[in-house]
Amino acid sequence: MNGKVKESGLGLDVEEFKRKKQKNAYMMTMLSVVGILSFLLLWQISVSMEWVNQKFLASPMQVLNLFLVKLTDASPDGNTLGMNVLASLQVSLTGFTLAVCIGVPLGLLMGWYRGFDSLIRPIFEVVRPIPPVSWIPLIIVWLGIGLQAKAFIVFFSAFVPCVINSYTGIRQTVPVLINVAKTCGASNFTIFWKIGIPSSMTMVFTGIKVALGNAWSTLVAAEMLAASAGLGYMILMGRQFARPDIIILGITVIGAIGMLFSSLLNIAESKVLGWKKV
Amino acid sequence: MNKKNSDYKVEVKNLTKYFGDLHVLDDISFNIKKGEFVCVVGPTGCGKTTFLNLLTRIYYPTEGDLYIDGESADPKKHNLAFVFQEPSSLPWLTVEKNLRFGLELKKVPKSEIDRRVEEIIRLLGLEQFRNSYPHQLSVSTAQRIIIGRAFAMNPDLLLMDEPYGQMDVKLRFYLEDEVIRLWKELGSTVVFITHNIEEAVYLAERVLILTNKPATIKEEVVIDMPHPRDVSDPKFIELRKYITSQIKWW
Ligand SMILES: Nc1ncnc2c1ncn2[C@@H]1O[C@H](COP(=O)(O)OP(=O)(O)O)[C@@H](O)[C@H]1O
Ligand SMILES: [Mg+2]
Repeated sequence: MNGKVKESGLGLDVEEFKRKKQKNAYMMTMLSVVGILSFLLLWQISVSMEWVNQKFLASPMQVLNLFLVKLTDASPDGNTLGMNVLASLQVSLTGFTLAVCIGVPLGLLMGWYRGFDSLIRPIFEVVRPIPPVSWIPLIIVWLGIGLQAKAFIVFFSAFVPCVINSYTGIRQTVPVLINVAKTCGASNFTIFWKIGIPSSMTMVFTGIKVALGNAWSTLVAAEMLAASAGLGYMILMGRQFARPDIIILGITVIGAIGMLFSSLLNIAESKVLGWKKV
Repeated sequence: MNKKNSDYKVEVKNLTKYFGDLHVLDDISFNIKKGEFVCVVGPTGCGKTTFLNLLTRIYYPTEGDLYIDGESADPKKHNLAFVFQEPSSLPWLTVEKNLRFGLELKKVPKSEIDRRVEEIIRLLGLEQFRNSYPHQLSVSTAQRIIIGRAFAMNPDLLLMDEPYGQMDVKLRFYLEDEVIRLWKELGSTVVFITHNIEEAVYLAERVLILTNKPATIKEEVVIDMPHPRDVSDPKFIELRKYITSQIKWW
């Protein structure tokens, strides 16, 4: 009898705890939504009430309106929003993908093979501290202002973290795991493949995330300096035409796409590193 | 070396190891017969792990050499398995895949891998953990994976470095019997390092007692008792006390 009471008491506690936790999560989401809405509202009001000069700031409604217009209208920068997004995506994905495809294997090989490390490292150490945007003038001379030129700049900004993190990641492989494979008679390459690479994945993903952030921000800088289309270019035109709404639209779209990429990357990461979270 | 037909599985000849200035093993020579079960006891830091690492070529000797089946030791040639002292399951693989790992490296046919892994899962009671990852398991269960991984290799030379140190008594007794069973079934040679004198006397046909480093062999004690052994047998107790007394002045 006593036990039963106790048991149901415990059951209630668990239920209640679960409900509380759920309620808490709901509250937190609501708070975030409230936060965003009040920010937008305050922004809208401060523009409508002309607390700030309309020359400097467009209201959220204006930006939304422009968004719809820019879907089909190419003025004033000469491209519709879709064309600008496409141009930016083309550049950033080319540069970023190349950076991952070259940087990650390079870092892994440098981290694993001493000879390779000695061969590449001196060059890499010189190149590494150069800010990617400082390549721009030279790149323009070499490659003009086309896709290749900008992709190259993006590539550089994304390449460095890919190399460094892959290198560090594979260097941190736990020695006993290497010895497990070694005592099974595995060759150095097999150990690299079966032990080193899986061990490095956490750091590799961190590197790829940093690379993505870099790629996206460098892209905008590159387009602002030399381009005829793209989101960075659109922002620059917004400045030239004194159109804050265009600038803000550009910024917002850049933010949204960046967020989209981050979440795609998170999905890929949880596929590869899912074992950590179970 | 032309000794392929000798009775020795492992021959250790004038083995000396320095790590820089640190003299760890000092001119050690001994042999281990085919099919023998040898326990090695010695103080912490005397070089027991170093010895196994030399045998598997994780390190190389400063002087002298080690031979397996009459050939200079080489894990690529010999079918050996190593249970390391520290946790060594692969964290990104499930229990089942951990068990398959060594066999896949050795390119054992898939049907044979399936058969052996199922057997090991059954033997070590890992069924419920089959699809779990090592970090989800207790230390002793994780260690069971490592032991299972070594057993699954059907090694003819099994090296175990304080494998049961982390385990509760019940599981330890069970796995002690299990390693004896495996040893008898496969006819493999076992080198088993332990801190636990009772464990050494329970398992070994011969116990090697090492001195402090630089280590030499202080004494060899032959345990001439049939398995399974009774820990309360007077002869057992006498041997245990004798070995304990031999290591007292460490
Ligand atoms: N890779 C290494 N480099 C330098 N010193 C080492 C290395 N491995 C082991 N040692 C040293 O050698 C000695 C013996 O170590 P070890 O063989 O692990 O002892 P144990 O008998 O406890 O297994 C210790 O003093 C240890 O610090
Ligand atoms: Mg040790």
